[in-house]
Amino acid sequence: MSNELTFQLDGEDISFTPGQTIMQAAKAAGVYIPHLCWHPDFPAHGSCKLCTVKVNGRFGSSCTMEAQAGMSVENRTAELDDKRRTLLQMFFVEGNHFCPSCEKSGNCTLQATAYELKMMSPHFDMFYPDRPVDASHPDILLDFNRCIMCSLCVTASREVDGKNVFAMGGRGILGRRIHINSESGKLADTDFAVTDRAASICPVGVILVKRKGFAVPIGERQYDKTPINEQVKEPTA
Amino acid sequence: MTDFPRIDAVLARHDRNGTRLVQILREVQEQLGWLSPATLSHIAAGIGWPRAMVSGTASFYSFFHTRPRGTYCVLWSDNITDRMLGNTDLMDAMCKKLWLEPGRVSEDGLVSVNTTSCTGMCDQGPALLVNYRAITRMTQARLGEMVGLIRNQTPVAEWPAEWFSVEDNIRRKDILLGHELMPGQALKAALERGPQAMLDEIKAGKLRGRGGAGFGTGLKWEACRNAVGTGDNPAHYVVCNADEGEPGTFKDRVLLNSYADLVFEGMSIAGYVVGAKKGLIYLRGEYRYLLEPLESALAARRASGLLGADILGKGFDFDIEIHLGAGAYVCGEESALIESLEGKPGRPRIRPPFPVTRGYLDQPTTVNNVETLAASCLIAAHGGAWYAGHGTEKSAGTKIFSVSGDCERPGIYEYPYGVTVRQVLDDCGATDSQAVQISGPSGICVSTEEFGRRIAFEDLPTAGAFMVFDDTRDMFEVARNFAHFFAHESCGFCTPCRVGTTLVRNMMDKISLGHGSPYDINELFKLHRVMQGASHCGLGNSACNPVFDTLNKFRPAYERRLKSLDYEPAFDLDAALSQARQMTGRDDAAAHLTNEAEA
Repeated sequence: MSNELTFQLDGEDISFTPGQTIMQAAKAAGVYIPHLCWHPDFPAHGSCKLCTVKVNGRFGSSCTMEAQAGMSVENRTAELDDKRRTLLQMFFVEGNHFCPSCEKSGNCTLQATAYELKMMSPHFDMFYPDRPVDASHPDILLDFNRCIMCSLCVTASREVDGKNVFAMGGRGILGRRIHINSESGKLADTDFAVTDRAASICPVGVILVKRKGFAVPIGERQYDKTPINEQVKEPTA
Repeated sequence: MTDFPRIDAVLARHDRNGTRLVQILREVQEQLGWLSPATLSHIAAGIGWPRAMVSGTASFYSFFHTRPRGTYCVLWSDNITDRMLGNTDLMDAMCKKLWLEPGRVSEDGLVSVNTTSCTGMCDQGPALLVNYRAITRMTQARLGEMVGLIRNQTPVAEWPAEWFSVEDNIRRKDILLGHELMPGQALKAALERGPQAMLDEIKAGKLRGRGGAGFGTGLKWEACRNAVGTGDNPAHYVVCNADEGEPGTFKDRVLLNSYADLVFEGMSIAGYVVGAKKGLIYLRGEYRYLLEPLESALAARRASGLLGADILGKGFDFDIEIHLGAGAYVCGEESALIESLEGKPGRPRIRPPFPVTRGYLDQPTTVNNVETLAASCLIAAHGGAWYAGHGTEKSAGTKIFSVSGDCERPGIYEYPYGVTVRQVLDDCGATDSQAVQISGPSGICVSTEEFGRRIAFEDLPTAGAFMVFDDTRDMFEVARNFAHFFAHESCGFCTPCRVGTTLVRNMMDKISLGHGSPYDINELFKLHRVMQGASHCGLGNSACNPVFDTLNKFRPAYERRLKSLDYEPAFDLDAALSQARQMTGRDDAAAHLTNEAEA
């Protein structure tokens, strides 16, 4: 088609439809742009900043920037992957992430992205924050030690489940956290259900289904066999 | 519960409208002292919002207390200028007299003492807030008296009135502060011109935003005017950004104290141009004491037909409402401010869309600085050509500086754009200056050899702060104070700013404690590069500026703290044992690891 709209992503032509973001167009084309808080089913949140790209020489979030014909976008350059590695290290030091003992290991987007970007160490001093777990709900365990503030559970609960079980509140490194929609602050005192979309949306190991631990053995999980950058397109049935 | 009737009265006054949540929380807290879990649940039910959203908002703002805060809540302004005036010693003395640890409420629930970000009293510090009332010029003598009043539980309203007096300290007037307009004069001129012609004058006057970024005011108003309101209640809005949180800035406080009519009139002119019927002032919580005087000034304007329906008989309807902030610097960012106006945490929005097309309640909104709006009156009254005749080619008009720090005459100085740093230093009586922090921590630190530079958008843009440091000051400590400020004020939304500001703060503390090495200095540069490119808003993008500037211009201030110029372990073995010592109640020599250097 001669009037197809395209832009350049790392020198490759990517076609897009008007209104699509750079991220959406890249995904449709099967090209991986590292990201954590973005999910194809929901509006962009724009907080993790891992999808930062360089558009015509300027930094921007590919999940929020609309694609424009003819723009030149840098993605997997050494400069950008360096920044992304630093951002990943920030996630690892601000929370308490112990992959070997985490049920999500192998299915965790944070872990898989860190492997993809060859993050070899947390680099910075750990913050060791005090983040209590919430095991009050009969079917769900919440382990906030791993929260990356992506807000996907907030959005899924509001937009799909129609429940508003979660909200992002507080400020800054000490305050910002998920608030639970009950006076006690406990999940058991909400109408949250294991069948909610929000129960399966967490990209890391915060929202875990009880009594389902290690149902798939480590080594056979989503990112164990195929790296995350090769899982861009939805598997076709 | 017995508190519920009082909460219900506040809710009723706000029509149980959730977008007014920040105002509801503030008013309820003013009556009840703090926001208990039951209070938050009741408010959530009252406005029909999920409770998690209500607690999410309440926990975002420093001035909201979701735990009991003590009958007396004492907050010391902790800008570097307060430090230079001795606030640290005063606060320590207060804590000792009250047997208190900073940040903790006393066992009897009487009092808590802590620090807060700059309260905008830098020309008359050390400053503090007691139960959110501003107090200036604190001294050791006053301290003793204050502790007595707290112990005797004397209500703050009965404390000596002179403690609460806030001076304007206007030292130099130019066309704005020296204006001789009568209330209504500028507005009348605008209404006679018509909205399009008034907009053309603003453009001809080359007015640019005074909040620091310098966006063309005419362009902003035009974009807002041309945007179409949407939904069931289409409307346009004018918002006056009086969330003057940049440390070292206090000119808006003076404008609102003594030039309120000019500000209101500027808002009305903006409203007339963009087609708004409603204006909102977002007043920072630190300036709570200005609320009643401003409300009276608004009432007076309504009484004289300058606000309300059919203003000056020209068929223009416009009114103004005041919203108070609650201690969050990030709300000075216009889209975060709008979020706050809508009752939410002050998190900057994803842009585009910009507020001029989708702002307050998703409607076209122009957000302008207090000083910009005041200046628009001069253009309405005297015309754009007259206004553009002042200042420089790209920076028309004048700028008000908030001068503080090491000088004989701190206060408010208005100059035409283009004035040199040296001129301001001479006029305020600054001697032996080694540096000036222009436009606050997010601005630029200029050193002696740059004092010939001009303050204008062409060279040194500014939001107004002008903090002077003489050659006895330690510029590393200045930068460290600013690093703490940004870590405290980061909203926490995006990763680079949330984590980066804390990493920078920790590294500056590490260097301060003598555990730094050149490696840490390289790390600071690296963090600066990451945060500047990837942050969501201006806060994160500029949070490393003071560190970056002082590293480049005052490197010896850093290097003399480095124990060795190659390697220094970050980990202090002896300090790591402090918890064990506390648990065992020991502090003898054998409970300490000896430092190699001391051995």
